[in-house]
Amino acid sequence: MALLEVKNVYKKFGKTEVLKGIDFSLNKGEVLSIIGSSGSGKTTLLRCINFLETPEQGEYYINGELLFDAKLAATYKESEIRKKRLKFGMVFQSFNLFPQYSALDNVMLALKLQIKEDIKTNKDLICKENNIKTRHQLAAYKEKLLKEAEENAIDILTKVGLKEKLNSYPCELSGGQQQRVAIARALALSPEILCFDEPTSALDPEMSGEVLNVIRNLAVDTGKTMIIVTHEMNFARDVSDKIIFMSDGVILEEGTPKDIFENPKFDRTKEFLNSIG
Amino acid sequence: MSFIEITAFLANGFVISLIIFAVTLIVGIPLGLPIAFCSMSKFAPLKAVAKTFVWIVRGIPLMLQIFIIYYVPGLLFGNPIFSQIDRYIIRNFTIPHDGGLTQMLLTNAGGLVAVLIAFAINYACYFSEIYRGGIESISKGQYEAGYVLGLTKSQVFKFVVLKQVVKRIVPPMSNEIITLIKDTALANCIMLPEIIKQAKELAATQALIWPLFYTGVFYLIFVGLLTIIFGKVEKKLSYFRS
Repeated sequence: MALLEVKNVYKKFGKTEVLKGIDFSLNKGEVLSIIGSSGSGKTTLLRCINFLETPEQGEYYINGELLFDAKLAATYKESEIRKKRLKFGMVFQSFNLFPQYSALDNVMLALKLQIKEDIKTNKDLICKENNIKTRHQLAAYKEKLLKEAEENAIDILTKVGLKEKLNSYPCELSGGQQQRVAIARALALSPEILCFDEPTSALDPEMSGEVLNVIRNLAVDTGKTMIIVTHEMNFARDVSDKIIFMSDGVILEEGTPKDIFENPKFDRTKEFLNSIG
Repeated sequence: MSFIEITAFLANGFVISLIIFAVTLIVGIPLGLPIAFCSMSKFAPLKAVAKTFVWIVRGIPLMLQIFIIYYVPGLLFGNPIFSQIDRYIIRNFTIPHDGGLTQMLLTNAGGLVAVLIAFAINYACYFSEIYRGGIESISKGQYEAGYVLGLTKSQVFKFVVLKQVVKRIVPPMSNEIITLIKDTALANCIMLPEIIKQAKELAATQALIWPLFYTGVFYLIFVGLLTIIFGKVEKKLSYFRS
């Protein structure tokens, strides 16, 4: 069964139809690249999946279970949406690191807040399960969880090659390093699917290289399921199991890198691939 | 009168200036927040009310607003609330007649309350616009980055946006706060004995004009202190760029 199934997604901005019926599915461990020219709806699709936009129509399923249905969108509470969107991680084109926090704190922030919220709302259950009787023990338990979260965050930052930069602020990091912190921040919440929205478009070629290597390692070493919106054709060809070519709000073509790059079915795809070199 | 006596006489007036300054900040800084949120509200009527209110308060001279607050309750509602405060104090307190600060405060309590109300509202509106500018200048990407990490709206505001807003509003707030200490001189339009009124008093009773110019030294020293403090705050927030 597919890990993610996206069915029949429609999205309008005002009168402009940006997505006109998108269907695709993704298996666990697969890397999907979405390519296509600007304005074809790639980024909007990614934003819909991450609950940053609400489509007018469409459903998403995770492991066959309904995660989102546009018909029910109005009935979802904020807390439900928060839980649902954590199935996905998102890395933005412009990094969007929090400038007032160090690299480590950027990665830790959401984890910390989760731990605190969890202890506050499920206090009784946690106390029972861990045989906690005093307030002091509860504080120690919280301390232990935070410590583990920090170790986990340091591990992840080490994995993206930033062990030396744990305490650096975003303004002290290069673009490539910032984007790697952003990847670590998304990974720290262990999403089922990690999404990248043109992760290297704001970077020069050298820095793009280091970021692409990190993404490649994630795909190869950890078998992370990923959706990558990108203009880096060589990278897409190299790392993807599956490529989607979008044009005018529809998926025009879908297949393995070989299918798309060597035997494109449509003239529109050929044109796009030629124009991008 | 000796130089020291004149300095003391003016200093009493400057204490009144400082009281107006401090109370305006203590009330105006928090009061600006709800006004800012209302003027950014998605609920159109609320937004319109807030915007109109800010427009009126920023559009009328502060001196006129002091007159309005001070006189209108009596003129319109037959309830001269601020002179009633004065009368109440005269009836219930023994007022010393030494020309000291206590006498100044007790005999001018009504006017002082009116001035404080006018200043607090006026400055809250200016502050609200600074807050609004600061909040709206934070990129949408910061909010979205927070949301995709599962943060709630209020967590995003508290843990992601707030500190960046504070950093951005420190320079315009410094400006406004420095303007405030000088604006306190407007209180003398309803005869409140702040420092300039005290100097005018000396000109009238002692035929001395130089104390009027000497008051500038008080303002300068105080603004110098404020400048140092704001410099420190800016430096403290300079560890990040946003």
